[in-house]
Amino acid sequence: MILAKTGNEAIAYAMKQINPDVVAAYPITPATEIVQIFSSYVADGIVDTEFIAVESEHSAMSACIAAAASGARAMTATSSQGLALMHEMLFIASGLRLPIVLCVVNRSLSSPLNIHCDHTDSLASRDSGWIQIFCEDAQEAYDTTICAVKIAEKALLPVMITIDGFIISHCMQKIEVLPDEEVKSFIGEYKPNYNLLDVENPITLGPACLPDSFFEHKRAQAEGMNQALTCIEKVFKEYKERFDRELPILEEYQTEDAEVAIICMGSTAGTSKVAVNNLRKKGYRVGLFKLRVFRPIVVKYLQRTLRNIKILGILERMEGLSAFGGPLFNEIRSVLYDEIKRPITVSYVYGLGGREITPEEIEEIFLELLSLKNKKRKSIEKFKYINVR
Amino acid sequence: MKNLKDLLKEEELFSSGHRACAGCGEVLAARQVLLASKKPIVCAMPTGCLEIVSTIFPHTAWQVPMFHSAFENAAATISGIEAAYQVLSRKGKINKKIYFIAFGGDGGTYDIGFQALSGAIERRHSFLYVCTDNQAYMNTGIQRSSATPQFAHTTTSPKGEKLPGKLQPRKDIMEIIIAHEVPYAAQTTVAFFQDLVRKVEKAQSYDGPTFINILVPCPLGWGHLPSLTIEISRLAVETNFWPLYEYENGVYRLTYQPSQSKPLTEWLKLQGRFAHLFEEKNKHLLEEFQKYVNEKYQKLLKKCELSAK
Ligand SMILES: Cc1ncc(C[n+]2csc(CCOP(=O)(O)OP(=O)(O)O)c2C)c(N)n1
Ligand code: SF4
Ligand SMILES: [Mg+2]
Repeated sequence: MILAKTGNEAIAYAMKQINPDVVAAYPITPATEIVQIFSSYVADGIVDTEFIAVESEHSAMSACIAAAASGARAMTATSSQGLALMHEMLFIASGLRLPIVLCVVNRSLSSPLNIHCDHTDSLASRDSGWIQIFCEDAQEAYDTTICAVKIAEKALLPVMITIDGFIISHCMQKIEVLPDEEVKSFIGEYKPNYNLLDVENPITLGPACLPDSFFEHKRAQAEGMNQALTCIEKVFKEYKERFDRELPILEEYQTEDAEVAIICMGSTAGTSKVAVNNLRKKGYRVGLFKLRVFRPIVVKYLQRTLRNIKILGILERMEGLSAFGGPLFNEIRSVLYDEIKRPITVSYVYGLGGREITPEEIEEIFLELLSLKNKKRKSIEKFKYINVR
Repeated sequence: MKNLKDLLKEEELFSSGHRACAGCGEVLAARQVLLASKKPIVCAMPTGCLEIVSTIFPHTAWQVPMFHSAFENAAATISGIEAAYQVLSRKGKINKKIYFIAFGGDGGTYDIGFQALSGAIERRHSFLYVCTDNQAYMNTGIQRSSATPQFAHTTTSPKGEKLPGKLQPRKDIMEIIIAHEVPYAAQTTVAFFQDLVRKVEKAQSYDGPTFINILVPCPLGWGHLPSLTIEISRLAVETNFWPLYEYENGVYRLTYQPSQSKPLTEWLKLQGRFAHLFEEKNKHLLEEFQKYVNEKYQKLLKKCELSAK
């Protein structure tokens, strides 16, 4: 069935079909709509969900954690300050290996206050042990939300899926949705190994671990993330087999013969495709990588594809404030370090606080990258900003 | 109501072998509440002494499901558990009545966990919240909380050349909880086992949210002999510092009235945290403290009288 949906509506619709046991959420622009729409499903009795209108995002994540630990499928949505307020709890969710799904509508972090898109909020949560999957548009958001439930429960890790605030969250698009029963049968039942409500088999969850055991717990958790990519691959593969929908991990666009390429996440991939098409028409060999899975770091995908590129522009919607670029830039360079043939990399910070990026600007990036072809690696300026005064 | 004899026949759900200090009032309260509670129960607790002494991996003192998540979220945690219970019951995946209890220290209740508690009560989740109030952040080394009484020495309200310990009186958490229009809220302490048992039973006769504040002496933080825990708990009541009362559907009721109230100094003098009040230069503070306790007590009597049916 084809429907016209904004990104937020698409996610809310997927949540309706998932019919989670518990949703605990708190409003924040631009994610608010997701829970508003969802609470109307609750009010109309369309879902069976217990909806907890908590008094903060910290409590939202706390309640989701507790619900998941009680054998319930739990979901929530947030943005920006809300995600920052959850930060403490993100680590507890992943440390307890609870398969919660969190829909993040990306927005900048204060200060200054700004309600528009950049990726600072979810990138700042990168070390919290959550799988992170970025979506380009409403369709991807819909499909990925459904897959996220299954990925989380397979990997026993919480999953964050993200869309760009306003650009995708509030932008109407045609999407194809699955029948309710198909979604239901695809995700199946949540059957945790342990749960707090199993009163005949009492467990103590969240104990204190001293130096004699803490490390082993963390090591085991790391192994969970090491295995996560396999779970993601399996779920995406099954989704494709059943519904004929391709959900890439790292999408390649016109990259086979590309000399220079850019890599980015989220809606900018769509804009970049226009730029690639324009330049291809003029005969330039340029290409695009759209990174979807940011956590775990998809090393084998990145190495296999990026090593053949001469010059790579890394488009980052976050200012890393590190004096050496943001996380995407640094991680991609690190992944490429062991490759004998590896591209020159240039960081382009763009779009902070919702500053628009146009196909023309991306074309300029490509042309600039092309102009560096014969330059020495060391002489190239690494840190660039797009469209900032 | 269960009497002491019956209770002693019940299975201990908070087992021995935990790591609390000798004479710890907090673990006594946990044990008493579990004995008194209807079953089955699922519990949550925030970070604090109770958690640290009872759940060091791979051991646990809890024979009932217990979840420790973080410091400020015991009430949000019990909300999530209770919500899961509601929906899974609706779906037929759970077919029995389960009771929910959150334990929180005074820090996890009056201070950092206060917002979550207020929210959970306002949302009318069905749970009993038990505050084990030892009047400071004991787990991190006896820092002041908003439950710390005026003039108490703590490591962040130390007595000094200039300051006589904590400057401000404690927060009246009972009144704040009552302002949420809960069906039942009560205050008790570990020396009055029967009183405590009865209050747990009463609280659980309501669908919740309900609240019980239990004064739990802490030998380490209060500076008293471990053997005096029960004595100090009793004196807190008999000096009217900690009147035993309950609030039920709008009615305040004292559940115990000392035949003759003792002077506050009887309670204070056993505790190192108040030792400086007995110096000559602080005599007026003792008087001020006594006056405060008298006034608070009179106010409570008034509330009982005015609300009586
Ligand atoms: C967010 C956060 N801040 C601070 C701490 C440190 N901390 C752990 S327990 C505790 C004090 C607990 O005091 P209380 O709730 O009164 O319990 P008690 O130990 O006295 O039983 C503090 C400050 C923490 N764990 N988390
Ligand atoms: S410090 Fe106090 S509250 Fe903590 S275990 Fe010791 S006696 Fe109990
Ligand atoms: Mg305390």
